[in-house]
Amino acid sequence: MAVLLIKNGYVYDPINGVDGERMDIAVKDGKIVEDVDEREARVIDASGMVVMPGGVDIHAHIAGAEVNAGRLLRPEDHVKDVEPRTAITRAGVGYSIPSTFTTGYRYTRMGYTTVMNPSMPPLEARHTHEELSDTPIIDKASYPLLGDSWFVLEFLSKDMIEECAAFVAWMMWATRGYAIKIVNPGGLETWGFGGNVRDLNDEVPHFGITPREIVRGLCKVNKLLNLPHTIHVHTNNLGVPGNCETTLKTLMCVEDLAEDGERAIHITHCQFSAFLGDDWATMESGAPLIARYMNRHSHATIDMGQVIFTDTTTMTADGPFQYGLHLLSGNKWINHDVETETSSGIVPFRYRRTSRVHATQWCIAQELALLIEDPWKIYLTTDHPNGGPFTSYPRIVSWLMSVKAREEELKRMNRRAVKRSVLPTIDREYSLYEIAVITRAGPARALGLENKGHLGVGADADIAVYPLNPEEVDPSRDYKLVRRAFSRAAYTIKSGEIVAKDGEIVKAPDGKTYWVDVKVPEDLWEAVKSEIAEVWEDYYTVRFSNYPLTDHYLKISSPITRQARM
Amino acid sequence: MATITLTPKYSFTVPVYAPCISPDSFAGKTLKEIGELEVWEGNRRKKLKQLFDIKGKTADTPEEITIKLSGNLWKVRRIGEEMTAGKILIDGDAGLHLGVKMRGGTITVKGNADSWLGSQMRGGTIEVMGNAKDYVGGAYRGSGVGMRGGTIIVHGNAGYDVGEWMRGGFIKIMGNVGAYTGVHMQGGTILVQGDSEGRIGALMKGGKIVLMGKIDSILPSFTIQDLKKRTKVEGEAVEGPFYVFIGDLTEDGSGKLFISKKSNPHLSFYERLI
Repeated sequence: MAVLLIKNGYVYDPINGVDGERMDIAVKDGKIVEDVDEREARVIDASGMVVMPGGVDIHAHIAGAEVNAGRLLRPEDHVKDVEPRTAITRAGVGYSIPSTFTTGYRYTRMGYTTVMNPSMPPLEARHTHEELSDTPIIDKASYPLLGDSWFVLEFLSKDMIEECAAFVAWMMWATRGYAIKIVNPGGLETWGFGGNVRDLNDEVPHFGITPREIVRGLCKVNKLLNLPHTIHVHTNNLGVPGNCETTLKTLMCVEDLAEDGERAIHITHCQFSAFLGDDWATMESGAPLIARYMNRHSHATIDMGQVIFTDTTTMTADGPFQYGLHLLSGNKWINHDVETETSSGIVPFRYRRTSRVHATQWCIAQELALLIEDPWKIYLTTDHPNGGPFTSYPRIVSWLMSVKAREEELKRMNRRAVKRSVLPTIDREYSLYEIAVITRAGPARALGLENKGHLGVGADADIAVYPLNPEEVDPSRDYKLVRRAFSRAAYTIKSGEIVAKDGEIVKAPDGKTYWVDVKVPEDLWEAVKSEIAEVWEDYYTVRFSNYPLTDHYLKISSPITRQARM
Repeated sequence: MATITLTPKYSFTVPVYAPCISPDSFAGKTLKEIGELEVWEGNRRKKLKQLFDIKGKTADTPEEITIKLSGNLWKVRRIGEEMTAGKILIDGDAGLHLGVKMRGGTITVKGNADSWLGSQMRGGTIEVMGNAKDYVGGAYRGSGVGMRGGTIIVHGNAGYDVGEWMRGGFIKIMGNVGAYTGVHMQGGTILVQGDSEGRIGALMKGGKIVLMGKIDSILPSFTIQDLKKRTKVEGEAVEGPFYVFIGDLTEDGSGKLFISKKSNPHLSFYERLI
C-alpha cells in the first residue's frame, strides 16, 4: 500500500474541529497516520486546495431490483449520456439511473467515497449485493425494508419487542443489511389490498397495528440491537399536500424513546414530507415548521431530498405514492408487490421550473437546509434519483453557499411559488466547514461509521482534494467556481490509494460492503427461529434455509459487530 | 453554395456512428479540420478522414453548405443529427437515425432509408426516393416524444410504427405502410397513399391520419363519426370520399382517421352507424 503525504492543503475536518487550517495529512496502509517519512511518501501538493474527508451519501438508490427495473424502463434516459470505456474504466451510461460501474466512477469524481443504498427489499438482497459488488471504488451498505414485513408486524402487534429484535438481527445477517428502513409504515401492506394509511393512527388490515406502533416498535428494536444508525424513515403520506403534520407527528412519536441526547430517528428526503395545504392548488412549504421543530429537538436527523429541474426517474418502495404519481403525470410506470415484505413503484418524472408545485419543492429543500441552524442535523441528498441524479450535488453546494446563486435560480422559477416562499428573505450562506458537515462528517456520524467522515489518526484514508482556494475565492460571489471544484475533485483518495486525479479515474479497486452483525442471546433466537420457520413455508416462495445470503455475494464483506442490549 | 463530397474509403462491415456529418458541424471548418472530426466505427474511435475521402469547398455558415454522400451508407448512423440548415444529398442508401432531431434544412436520399428516419425531428424536410423501414418520425425507444415539426416524404413503402408518438409535422408515404401507423400519436398529420397492414392509429390521442389505400379493418376502439367527400392535408385538398373515425377511445383520444371509401368497400357497414 502506498504511503501518501498531502501537503499544505486547507483542511476541513469538522469531527476533529479543523476549520480550514493549512496542514499536512499523512496516509499509510489505507489509514490516516500521525506522520510519514517524506522521502518514502508520494507527496501530493495540495497548496491552494481544499482537503476534506471523502464524501458520505446517506441516501441514494444506486443498486437493486428496483433500480435495475428503472434502467430497463428508460432507454431514453441512457441515450443522452453515454460514457465510452477507457483503459481503466468500463463503458456505461447515465443519466438519472447510471449503470453500476458508472455510478462508482461518478461518485469518485465528485470526491465521494461512501454511499448508502437505502431501500433493499429483503427478498431482493441477492440482486442488490450483486450490483453493489459491481459498483467499483466506493464503500457501500444497504438498508433492508422492514416496516411492512409480516413477521415484524406480527411481533409488534403482540408487543413482542425482544422477539422482533431477534428477527431483525437475523434479517440484518440474512440480507447483509446495515439499518432498519421503514417506508410508509403500514401503508405498503395496506396497498396490497388497494388501500393506504393516511394517519399515524390508521389501522393496518389483518394486523390490527398502526403506523405509530410500527415506528415506535422498530425504534425500540433499533435501540435493543444497538445498531449504528437510527431507524431510517420515509414517512406516511409522502408527496401529499398537508403531510407536514404527519411528519411532525412521526418525529414526536419517538421523542420519549431518545435518551440523553441520543438520536432515535432519521427522516429521509424530508422535502417530500414537508408540504402544507389541502390540495395541489393550495400546497405550500412546511419547511419553517419542521425547521422550528428540529431546532428545538435533538433526537432526530433529516436529509434534504433536493429537487433538481430535470428529467429524472422516481423510484420508491412506496407503491401507493408511485401509483398516484403515475395518475398525476400520465407517465409510464411499474408497480410491484414483494411477497410478504414490501411494495415498489417506478415512474419517470420531469421537474419543471415553471410548475408552482415543483418550484415550491425546490424551495422547501433549500429552506430546510438554511433554517435548521445545526448542520449536524441535516444532510445533503437528492434522494437520487427521485429528486434528481446525484451528479447535481455540486450545484446544491453552490446554492447553499451563495445567496447570489439562489437568486439566479429563483429568477427563472415560477413566480407564485417564489412569492409564497420565505427563501428570498434568508441570507444565510454555508461555509466550507458547514458543507463538510452536511456532505461527509454529519452523515458519517449519523450512520455510526467511526472511521469515515473525518481525517483523524486511525480513520480510513478516504480523502477528497478540491481545486478551490478558500483564500482567493469568495464562494458567495464565485459560486460557479465552487460548483466546478466540487464536480471534479483534484484528487480522490480511497483507502489510501489515488483513485481519481483531476476528475479522471486513475484506478478502480473494489469497495467494501458494510453490514451489521448483531449478537443476540442464543436461546432467544432459537425460540424465535422455531416460531418463524414453521410459518415461513406458508408465507414465502423461498425456503427458510435458502433465504439467507451466502458471503460470496459480497465482493469485500465488512461486518460491523454489535452486541444487543438484552 | 459550397459543396463537400464524402465517399467511403471502403465498405463498412460494422456500424459507423457519425452524427458529425451535418452542415452545422462542417460550417466554419477547413477540409482538414472536417477530416479530424470524431466518429466511431464499432467500438473504435476514428477520424472522419480515415473512413471517407473528403473533397470540395467549405463555407462559414451551414446555410451555404451542401454535403454530398455517395456509395453504400447503410451502416452509417445518425447522419444530419440536429442539423439546422443546409443540404445533405445521399446518392445511395442511408443508415439508422437519418436526420434525427433535425431542426431545419433538407435531406434527400436517392435510395432507401433505415429505421428511425427523422426521429424526434422538429423542422426541415427529408425526402426519400426509395423505401423507409420502421419508426419513420418516431420517438427514441422508451421516450414519449416523437416528431414535433417538419416534413418527411417517402416515395416508396414504409415499415411499422410510422409517426410513433408524433406530436406535430407532416409525414407523407406514397407507397404502403406496415401496421401501427400513428401509434401513440398526439398531433400532426400522416398521409398514406398506399395500403395499410392494419391497426392504424392504435392508442392515438390526437392528430390526423389519411389512408387512401386498403385496410382490412379499423380497431374496435375507434368510432365512426362522418362520411366526408374530401379533406385538407397541409393546405391541399385530397379527394375522398372518406370514412372519418375518432379514437383511440382506450386512451380517451380524439385523433382522426380518414379512410378511403373507394378502396375499402368492405367497411361500408359503418355507414349505418353514422
